[in-house]
Amino acid sequence: MSAAIEIKDVQKRFGNVSIIRDLNLSVAKGERHAIIGPNGAGKSTTFNLISGYIKPSAGEIRLNGDAISGLRPFEINRRGLSRSFQVTNVFARMTVLENVRCAVLWATGHGYAFWKNVDHLPEVKRRTDRILDDIHLGHRRDVPAGLLTYAEQRELEIGITIAGGASVIMLDEPTAGMSLAETERAVALIRRLTEGRTLVIVEHDMSVVFGLADRISVLVYGQIIASGTPEEIRANRQVKEAYLGEEAH
Amino acid sequence: MTDATALDELKEQPGGNLRFYGIWLIAAAALIVLPLVFSSGSSLTSFNLIGIAIIFALSYNILLGQTGLLSFGHAVHYGLGGFLAVHVMNAVANYNWPLPLPFIPLVGGVGGLAFAILVGWVMTKRAGTVFAMISLGIGELVASSSLILRSVFGGESGITTDRTALPHMFGWTFGPQRQVYYLIAFWVLVSAIAMYALTRTPLGRICNAVRDNPERVEFIGYDPHVVRYFAYGFAGFFAGIAGGLTAINFEIANSAYLGATQSGIVLFAAFIGGTAYFFGPILGAILVTYLQLGLTNITTVWQLYFGIIFIGIVMFAPGGIAGLLMMHRPLVRAGSWPVVIPSYLLAALPTLVFALGIILSIETVAHYTASEGEGNIINLFGVPFDATAPTTWAVAALLVVGGFLIARLTWRRVADAWDRAATVARDRGYLA
Ligand SMILES: Nc1ncnc2c1ncn2[C@@H]1O[C@H](COP(=O)(O)OP(=O)(O)O)[C@@H](O)[C@H]1O
Ligand SMILES: [Mg+2]
Repeated sequence: MSAAIEIKDVQKRFGNVSIIRDLNLSVAKGERHAIIGPNGAGKSTTFNLISGYIKPSAGEIRLNGDAISGLRPFEINRRGLSRSFQVTNVFARMTVLENVRCAVLWATGHGYAFWKNVDHLPEVKRRTDRILDDIHLGHRRDVPAGLLTYAEQRELEIGITIAGGASVIMLDEPTAGMSLAETERAVALIRRLTEGRTLVIVEHDMSVVFGLADRISVLVYGQIIASGTPEEIRANRQVKEAYLGEEAH
Repeated sequence: MTDATALDELKEQPGGNLRFYGIWLIAAAALIVLPLVFSSGSSLTSFNLIGIAIIFALSYNILLGQTGLLSFGHAVHYGLGGFLAVHVMNAVANYNWPLPLPFIPLVGGVGGLAFAILVGWVMTKRAGTVFAMISLGIGELVASSSLILRSVFGGESGITTDRTALPHMFGWTFGPQRQVYYLIAFWVLVSAIAMYALTRTPLGRICNAVRDNPERVEFIGYDPHVVRYFAYGFAGFFAGIAGGLTAINFEIANSAYLGATQSGIVLFAAFIGGTAYFFGPILGAILVTYLQLGLTNITTVWQLYFGIIFIGIVMFAPGGIAGLLMMHRPLVRAGSWPVVIPSYLLAALPTLVFALGIILSIETVAHYTASEGEGNIINLFGVPFDATAPTTWAVAALLVVGGFLIARLTWRRVADAWDRAATVARDRGYLA
């Protein structure tokens, strides 16, 4: 069985600055995979590369065995990969309901239809309502997304990402800036919503990472310096020196 | 709630369906009765122009309000729709084709759509400034080509036609203006319903998403380029319908219809009316058409007033008239609207004085500089003023300065009253 995500020898240069140097990473299907590393290590850039937001300077990226490097983000999304953004990236003037519903439309096969009433699509309505419940924003459905609180916007961000039912979900620091209680709620939500799917998550909170992830990869200066189970990563000396040592103590 | 239209909300309330369809039924009834109440020739002329302007402005808002595309060349589709309509009308008359006049607006629509399909793919690759600039360029290109290709566009004088030469329908010749009115009214209603329905489709909703955040749209499976292309096609189609109606109304298609002035006016109408609400451009089209008809008769510097109104709206009410109206919705729901009404009434008089002062100043300068001797008498709302008399200048200055100083005080009271009313609405949960 091919891996959900397979990254081979990927490089990314901005101008002549090499941000991603020789990246190799494999995420198995159904796995919850956390990427950790210091600020500026290239975690978000890695997300951007996989999701098609930017193109690699060299190397190859495969999704479920198919090469996707060079494809546009919507093409990659249609193949079953959906990502969230570190900086909230929603449809600000549209209501919470509209935000989620738009994210459901392609996956339910309605495409660019201009002959269907969007209010009369039972499958769309059912899925939208369920996601709104899942992200605890049912009572805020008619509020423009731009007027939500920060934590609510982060939950909406997750909601939009999972709404299409993609098999591979990538979340970039979903709990950043949340309070302890909000983080706990968000993690429970992520755990539940990604059941049976592949999850790649960038996260700074080590308790979240070690509690949630099946495998962890440590990214430092554009390279994976270690990849393994939480126990292996905890025991890895190189990781301790390069990263955990400063952060965890 | 900038996005949901008033109609949306009606529909979502219990019994809303009835009220929702009720609005269109009332609109239909109003359109039928209107020429019976105001039956003079000049009223009918105005109504016809307003109807066409409504379709045109709504079509423009598919781009600006729904999809976030600022076009400076929308009249291209309007004008080309008109030209195709005229050519087809002449062909129908010449070759006795069995195409009655009421279907001609569709021909105009096809003309507008065809050109949108042709140029739209390249134009909509990017939004923002790139799109705006290309639309300006295409507008200029088509307008100048129309003067060169005389056989197609008829040069300066345009191409004429005879609407009564087409096969009649229901025994109507469409010679009398009233019959033309009903033809236009029918297409206004059909087009408005169709364009409203479009906002309620998956495509319409994704257009809004592209407007808000085209980058994110790519990550929910949509190509914003395709979305914009679709929107551009629909906008071109309905603009073409408006153009076809103009061809029928005036029995001529003229290169002036596809130029920058027309493109400017439709932007102006949509923006003044308010692009965030479906009905905004309808209000804008009505107002702008009346201003055009009214102002051109009474003043030579009517463009100046257009400019002032436009700047005023951009600066003080960027949501347009619809935005101003809808601002009050939470207050009405919370029941706190009576708080603001007295402050409005109080502010009305000095503001009016201030506005009169500005008008008198403008007219005085215009008459003073434009014409020597004879034309120096300004007739302002029935009161004659001599533009060369120092007293006129003094009165104008007094009205402007005095009006402004007093008005400014009353504007503060409006702001205070507004704050109080909004606080009540916020406390009752009707305002975020
Ligand atoms: N589009 C870009 N152009 C130039 N430099 C970039 C760009 N995107 C990211 N970088 C740089 O790449 C490095 C890694 O950034 P990022 O992937 O956001 O790190 P993080 O691991 O914190 O998510 C940073 O130094 C950042 O400044
Ligand atoms: Mg980052």
